[in-house]
Amino acid sequence: MNYEILLPNSSFKECADYIKKNFKEIYYVPAGYKMFESYLVGIPPIPIAIENDDIIMPYVKPCHGCFVLRIPGKEEVGGLRKGKSNIFI
Amino acid sequence: MKALLMMGCPELPVQTAAALYIANKLNREGFVVTSAGNKAAISLLLNSDPEKHYIKKVMDLDRCIGALAEKKIDFDLCFVFIHSDSGITYLATVKSISKAKTVAVIFGKEIEPLIEASTGSVIIAAKSVHNPTPLRAQIDGVKSWAALTR
Repeated sequence: MNYEILLPNSSFKECADYIKKNFKEIYYVPAGYKMFESYLVGIPPIPIAIENDDIIMPYVKPCHGCFVLRIPGKEEVGGLRKGKSNIFI
Repeated sequence: MKALLMMGCPELPVQTAAALYIANKLNREGFVVTSAGNKAAISLLLNSDPEKHYIKKVMDLDRCIGALAEKKIDFDLCFVFIHSDSGITYLATVKSISKAKTVAVIFGKEIEPLIEASTGSVIIAAKSVHNPTPLRAQIDGVKSWAALTR
């Protein structure tokens, strides 16, 4: 998977704040929300931003903390914008 | 009754010892215990218990989160091992996607902020990195884990 790390090795709160501060189009999803064939770990509601055709999301690794990733994702962008049933904004 | 041990990064030695100790207690109370973790955490458990006296079932951490989120599995009791912010996010995730009563097993050098962030869960906490004895004393303070599920 192509991705760019926008914020490395941070706390979940720092990553969530980074997304909320730096992007305009933001959706909030519950923990366990499926994105790119994995299930999001985090303190809900989890902010996910869209910029152009990219998803900007927090990603938690047990040994390395939380990262903010930018991932190209046309299908996921469409799903978020259409509003899946378990999304709350 | 079903219990889950959700382990984080095994960089602190007490995690494996505490997981084995809790698994033994739960087994003796009749729980079916599943241990979830990344490859390293699971490998440490299995290598410490080669004849599976304590560790009966293991599961990859990501697959466990997925199965909980999809409601394919659930537990009565979930122990989340926490020594960093990542552990807190896993605890919040489990609380959100599972009906299990959660137990935050907190260890490491700086446990106070982790304790504060674990409100709403039963807390087992000790300043402990290499020596599991302080954590074991806290675990022994709970006389019945089954009682927590009632």
